[in-house]
Amino acid sequence: MSGRTTASVPADLQPPRSSPVRRRRPGWAPYLLLAPSVVYLVVFFVVPLLQGLRLAFTGEDGAWGLATVHELLNDPGFWSSVWNTLIMLAIILPVQLVLALAMSLLVNSKLRGSGFWFYVYMLPLGISELTSGIIWYSIFTQQGWLNSVLQDLGIISHPYIWLSYQHQLLIIATIVVAEAWRSTSIIVIILVGGLQAIPREYSEAADVFYASPWQKLWHVTLPLLRPTLRTALILRTVLAFEVFATVIALAGSSLSVLATKANNAYTQFQEPHLAAAYGILIMLLSLLSTALFLVLLPVRTE
Amino acid sequence: MFHRLISRRGVLRLGAAAAGGAAAAGLLSACGSGGGGSGSNSNLVFLSDQLSTTEETAAMRGKVLSGFKGGSVTFTAFSDTTQFIDQVVAHSKAGSGALDLIGGLQGDFVALDAQIPLRDMSDVINELKDRNFPQAYLDLAKIKGAYRFVPWITASYLMVANKKALTHLPSGADVNTLTYDQLLAWAQKMKQAQGQPLFGLPASPKGLIKRFFQGYAYPSFTGGLNTQFKSAAAVSMWQYFKQLWAVTNPQSPTYAFMQEPLLSGEVWVAWDHAVRLSDALKNQPDNFVVFPAPSGPKGLGYEPVLGGLAIPSSSKNVAKAKSLISYLTEQQVQSTMITEESWFPPVGDSALPKNLAPGVSAEAKAIVATTGATGAIASQLPIGLGAQSSAYDKVFVDTFTAIALNNAPIQSSLASEGATLQSVLQTAKAACWKPDPASTGVCQVG
Repeated sequence: MSGRTTASVPADLQPPRSSPVRRRRPGWAPYLLLAPSVVYLVVFFVVPLLQGLRLAFTGEDGAWGLATVHELLNDPGFWSSVWNTLIMLAIILPVQLVLALAMSLLVNSKLRGSGFWFYVYMLPLGISELTSGIIWYSIFTQQGWLNSVLQDLGIISHPYIWLSYQHQLLIIATIVVAEAWRSTSIIVIILVGGLQAIPREYSEAADVFYASPWQKLWHVTLPLLRPTLRTALILRTVLAFEVFATVIALAGSSLSVLATKANNAYTQFQEPHLAAAYGILIMLLSLLSTALFLVLLPVRTE
Repeated sequence: MFHRLISRRGVLRLGAAAAGGAAAAGLLSACGSGGGGSGSNSNLVFLSDQLSTTEETAAMRGKVLSGFKGGSVTFTAFSDTTQFIDQVVAHSKAGSGALDLIGGLQGDFVALDAQIPLRDMSDVINELKDRNFPQAYLDLAKIKGAYRFVPWITASYLMVANKKALTHLPSGADVNTLTYDQLLAWAQKMKQAQGQPLFGLPASPKGLIKRFFQGYAYPSFTGGLNTQFKSAAAVSMWQYFKQLWAVTNPQSPTYAFMQEPLLSGEVWVAWDHAVRLSDALKNQPDNFVVFPAPSGPKGLGYEPVLGGLAIPSSSKNVAKAKSLISYLTEQQVQSTMITEESWFPPVGDSALPKNLAPGVSAEAKAIVATTGATGAIASQLPIGLGAQSSAYDKVFVDTFTAIALNNAPIQSSLASEGATLQSVLQTAKAACWKPDPASTGVCQVG
C-alpha cells in the first residue's frame, strides 16, 4: 500500500560509482528502526490473525474442524450479506473513483483557491465512521433534514421513508452516499500525490500538439496515474469490505453486509467462532480483490 | 545516509539507555501499584452494563453515588453487554482484586456465574431484610442454589402513545385494557387516516424486539414459550404479527430506543422497555400516555426485568462493597434512581415514592397496572441457559427476520428455527421455565 511513484533518484544525487570512501555496512540500525513497526504488526495483526484462524477452525468444544465454516454457510442471511457486500462494492468503487479523480484534478489544477478545496475535502476524514453514520441517519430518517428540505421546497407533500426495509436498493444507495462523503478523501490524497509526481514535461509536450484538456486527461494523465489508481482501488476495496458502522446506523436490521454479520455475531449473539469465520472470509475476499487488481491493472516497470 | 550520522555503537548505547529507562519505569510503576494495590483501597471500582448513556452515567456519578459516605466510587458503564462481561471476567481472572462491585441484569449474572466465581450474597440479603425484597425477585437472584446478587433495580416493557393517536382508537377500546386485535385495528386506522404507518417496534440490532416475542406475543397468544414455539397457536400469532407488521413503520428495523421516533413524531404508538421510553414521557408528559401491553387470547403476557448488585470473589474491598450495596438499596437513593434513571426499586407497590414527576409516575402506575392486570402471565427471564443465552435470543431474532423482513413461510420457518431452539436448550441442558410448565429433563420445543 503506497502512493509512492517509481521515479528514480536523479543522477547527480547518486554516489559516484568509484567512490574513494569505502561503503560501510549498515549494521543494526535498519533493524532497530524497523523493529517498532514489526513489533506493532506482530502484536496487532499477526497475533489476532492467528487467533482468528484458530477461532474460525475450532468449534465451541475447542475441537479443530470445519464445524464453524458449516455454521457460517448455514447462518440465516449469510448469502444475502455476501450479495449486499458485493453490490455495495460494485456501486461505491466507480462512484468514488470518478468523484475522487474530479476532486484531485481540481486540487491539482493550480487554479485560484484550489488549495482551499483540498482542506474542505479532508474534513470528513476527521469524523469517525459511526458519527458519520449517525449524521447521515439524521438526514435520511423520515422526519430528517432531507425530507424537511424537500417538503419546504414543495417537492413532496408527505415525508418519504428512505430507510424502509422494503426498498433494499434505496438503503444501499443511502449507504453509498454516506460512504462517498466520508471516505472519498482518502482516495483524493493518494491521487493528488500521484498527480503531483507526474513531470510537467508530459503536459507541455501535449500542449505542443494542441491536445484538448480531455485528450490530455485520457492519453497523458490517466496512463501515468495508473500505478496510483491501482493503489487507491486496492485500498478502497479493502476498506469497503470493513465498513459496518455506516451500515448499522442506516440499515439497522433491514440489511446486512459481511462486516455487520461479523460484528453482530460477536457483540449481539456472543459467538466468537462465527464472528472469526466472517472475519476470515472478509480477509480472503480482500486478498482476492487485491490479486484481481494486480492482475487486471499491470504496471510496466521501466 | 543514516548509518553515517549515527554509529552502531551509538545506536546500541541508545538502545541500552531506552531499555534501562523502560526497566526503571517498570520498577517505579510496580512500586506504585504495590503501594496502592495491597490490602483494601478507599476507592471502589463499580462496573455495570446498565445506565450507560452519557446522561445516565453522569446522573449516577453526580446524583446517586456522590452521596455515599464510605469512600470514593469509580463507576464505569458499558453500552455493550459483551464488553462488560469480557471486562469483568478479565478483571477476575487477572486476580488483581481491583473490581469491587458489578451491576447487571439477572441474565448477565447467569452468564458471569458460568465463567467466574461470584460471591455468595446470602449474608448481605440477610442484613438487608428491612428492604422487603419480594420473594419473586429473591428467587431470581438464586443461581445454582445460592444468592449471587442483591436485587437493585426493576423495570418492565410498556406501551406509549402520542395523544394525537387516541382519536383513532377503535370504538369501545380502552388503552389500559387493550387487546392485540384492538391494537391492530388501531394501527390500521392510523395508517388509513394519516397516510403513513404510525405504529413502531424497536427492531434494530440494538432494539429489544426479541423480548416482545419471548415475554409478550408468545405468552399472550399461546400461554407458553418454548413448548409452544411452533404450535398451531404460534402459527396464528405469527399470522397476526404479519398483519400488524404491514401497518408498522417500515423504518422500525433502524429503531433501538422508541423514545426517539416518538419524540420526532415518526411513530405515534410504540412498545418498548420502560427506560427506553422515559425521555418521551419526561420531556413531554402532556403529549404522551403510557399504558400496559395488550392482552391476547391467553392473557396479558409480560416480562419483569430485574437488575442486581454482585461482588466478584476476587474483590479485596468486600466490606466497603457491602456498605455500597446497602446505600444503593436505601429508599431515598432508590427514589433518586426513579427520577434520574427511570429504574424502579425492587419493592412492592406500597413502597413507591409519592412525589414523582408526572411522566415517571405514569410509568410507575403502568408497571403496577401490568402486574395487577387480570390474566397477567409473568414470564421468567430465561433460566439455566448460561453461555447459550445469546444463541437463544438469536432464534427469535432470526425467526422475526425470516417471517417479517424476508417474507418466508411461517410453518417452515418455525420448523427450522424450532430445531435450532431445541439444540440450544439441549446444549444448555435447560429445563422449562415460566410460562411453560415445569419439566423434569431438558425443555422440549413444541
